[in-house]
Amino acid sequence: MRDDEFIPFDSGAGLDSTGVDSTGLDRREFLKLLGGGIFICFSVGGAFPLQEGRRRRGYPEDFNAYLRIGEDGRISCFTGKIEMGQGIFTSLAQMLAEELDISLDRVDMVMGDTLLCPWDGGTFGSRSTKYFGPPLRQAAAEARAVLIQLAAEHLGVPERDLMVENATVKMKTAPNKEVTYAQLAKGKVIERHLESKPTIKHYSTHTVSGRPADRTDGSPKVTGDAKFAGDIRLPGMLYARILRPPAHGAGLKSADTSEAEKIKDIRIFRDGDMIAVLHPHPDAAEEALSLIPAQFEPSPSKLDNTTIFQHLKESASEGNVVTETGSLDEGKRLAVETFEGAYFNHYVAHAPSETHTAVARIEQDQATVWASTQSPFRAQGEVAQVLGLPLEKVRVITPFVGCGFGGKNQGIQIVEAARLAKMSGRPVQVAWTRKEEFFYDTFRPAAVIEIRSGLDRSNRIVFWDYHNYFAGDRSSQPFYAIPHQRVLSMGGWGGRGGGSPHPFGVGAWRGPGSNTNVFAMESHIDVMAAQAGMDPLEFRLLNLTDQRMQRVLKAAADKFGRTFAKAPSGKGYGIACTDYLGTYVATMAEVEVDRQTGRVRAERIVCAQDTGEVINPEGVRMQIEGCLTMGLGYCLTEEIRFKNGRVLDENFDSYEIPRFSWLPRLETVLVDNPEMAPQGCGEPAITAMGAVIANAVFDAAGIRMRVLPMTPRRIMEALST
Amino acid sequence: MEKTFRFRLNGKPIQVSSPPERKLLWVLRTDLNLTGTKHSCGEGFCAACTVLIDGEAVLSCQYPMENVGGRDIMTIEGLGKNGQLHPIQEAFLQHNALQCGYCTPGMILGAYGLLMKNPQPSREQIVEAMEGHLCRCGSYDRIIKAIQTAAHSMRPIS
Repeated sequence: MRDDEFIPFDSGAGLDSTGVDSTGLDRREFLKLLGGGIFICFSVGGAFPLQEGRRRRGYPEDFNAYLRIGEDGRISCFTGKIEMGQGIFTSLAQMLAEELDISLDRVDMVMGDTLLCPWDGGTFGSRSTKYFGPPLRQAAAEARAVLIQLAAEHLGVPERDLMVENATVKMKTAPNKEVTYAQLAKGKVIERHLESKPTIKHYSTHTVSGRPADRTDGSPKVTGDAKFAGDIRLPGMLYARILRPPAHGAGLKSADTSEAEKIKDIRIFRDGDMIAVLHPHPDAAEEALSLIPAQFEPSPSKLDNTTIFQHLKESASEGNVVTETGSLDEGKRLAVETFEGAYFNHYVAHAPSETHTAVARIEQDQATVWASTQSPFRAQGEVAQVLGLPLEKVRVITPFVGCGFGGKNQGIQIVEAARLAKMSGRPVQVAWTRKEEFFYDTFRPAAVIEIRSGLDRSNRIVFWDYHNYFAGDRSSQPFYAIPHQRVLSMGGWGGRGGGSPHPFGVGAWRGPGSNTNVFAMESHIDVMAAQAGMDPLEFRLLNLTDQRMQRVLKAAADKFGRTFAKAPSGKGYGIACTDYLGTYVATMAEVEVDRQTGRVRAERIVCAQDTGEVINPEGVRMQIEGCLTMGLGYCLTEEIRFKNGRVLDENFDSYEIPRFSWLPRLETVLVDNPEMAPQGCGEPAITAMGAVIANAVFDAAGIRMRVLPMTPRRIMEALST
Repeated sequence: MEKTFRFRLNGKPIQVSSPPERKLLWVLRTDLNLTGTKHSCGEGFCAACTVLIDGEAVLSCQYPMENVGGRDIMTIEGLGKNGQLHPIQEAFLQHNALQCGYCTPGMILGAYGLLMKNPQPSREQIVEAMEGHLCRCGSYDRIIKAIQTAAHSMRPIS
């Protein structure tokens, strides 16, 4: 219950407890399939201790990913991770290229194909570079050592006399005596396991890793060649549209398909509660669906945006202790000033550019699915289950994915496409409409945080009592030096259906848990700083003993170049910092509050981040900028409106996401820390956005916003009280 | 009721049979297999489906086939010439002005439409012209820079 670090594999699918290998191929078949070359097998060790070890037959237990040196001298990396914009297509290739002494443009990434790639738990949690990167590097170093071994045999010289340069092994003393990777790999299928592990390169010698690299997936994305799941075209393919209930929990009573049946070439399928129309044209399928009048039971849910927070509190469990140090009673005794605050955030949608999409084809007893998913292997399990096929008869291929943010871990549309392909005997595409996307999204949960705290005479925080209702645990533990503290969790972020207090699915949303927790914690810190009469930077530095956090805060402050004062100063400066799974973030913002309209405008945001060793500085900056920009949405406008099981926001007309005109001046600082292993960077910077903007609003206008998003209406209400 | 429509598509004359009320987006994506034009919101709120019609950026998810007759339509597939990227595409690469890449074809064609009308737009004019284009990954700042770079490199040499 406590650990919300992993996506819960609650369906059981995708996690194979039978021990059957997910590809079903034995090792020899696998090598044959991929053609000649040299394979190096490597392990991701303890990164997924729960999942590893109960999978796979035909592969050695600990093997998780493979790289190949092809006969053309190009390197292929096979990984079950997927690319959804976060840039690992580039950064993982950089790590590989670095260790193998090969240029980046000669590395090919093969991602998220359950046939070609070894099992992977899914792409989420800013984990790819952090957990997959190190073993990838190690494997590449091993590959290089194998190539040197082979070259030594080929050239008839000892290994110690050889060096590698640009994919060529050369004699140190006679550089014209050389052999290329391509020549070494020619006509060979070789597996080698090294007796001793070679060491990876020291960062100070890097020439590819650690240097800014342009996106290697850029070219196909600017020409329109990049394929997403919805771009797959198969002979005889039909497009499906599915009858949906108007509200969550509303069961189908009756439907009349007689008018829809009159449409030429339409095929209509009914299976349990699912009614689907299939047509060679997606728009004709849409038209057919609109001709089906249907009656539904009312939804049992009686909740809406105004009652949800009360409902969540009433649904709370007794609570688990996430962390506890010292004694709250003792802390309260030491406090000369105490504080109490509650913080709220509403449901937030992922709103990916590409809606959930899948194409399924079943030939004889072999199913192939192209899916927009963050979890291809989980999807493989779900499809096998619904089709009654063994796992090895299902191949999931993941083309480029158009945004994920945690929303594409579930694959309802994948299962729908598979079911319909089976029923129709034809390849079927299911591409959700925007309305379906908003209806079936696993929203970031609405949540409530209550904090009680106290300061002693010297403005040090002496106690911290934190009650978390349904945000999730991540980032709920304070990183300030507080002698007496307790963090209670009264319900986590996951869940759908029974036992969940939410009227619809909720789940991981870019930095799950943390967005809410950092908003609450860092807002509350500001409340105390203001009451103590200190500027918010000074107050934080006083209460921090973590030198890494102090350093990141100072780096941000240097770039920000403004002087904080006791809030509200009228200047509109805000500050927030966090430790997100090992990545440190400090963000500073300058905002304007329009007292006539209630609109908040971010003028400038500075973000300093210490993410350990940086693989691609350009990629990290892109992720930070994306976090700051996207994060403005949940700060200012993004809130799913709902009533009695209905989702009232159905498209971008009412659900407002950030656009060009919102753009503040963005500045990023990468705090140098190459001695630390690479940490994640896809999520950390978004998690401080709620607090930095709320704190800046307080500094600008003297209003403490405790509800996200800070809509014009809420700002006007706060200004009028 | 199907009708025949003749128009130019990516520089070549073409003839398509379609009900007149059908939207251009679906004809491009399904009948003509030009999948670079993306479906995202389906109701004209995001501009991912942008194509050029007679040099002007248009939302193809809202554009009925009955209006295409005689027009000159360009999709992302028609932008590069002879295997060479267009300066706008080059600029998007130079600035890494994309992440997931799903909105990118629409962004590039939106930028093209802008630069046809206003070859040297100010930052404010870029923001105003591109305001209808949504990028969930948050690449807006880089896209603005890419459009500025493209405007510069497309400047006629005088």
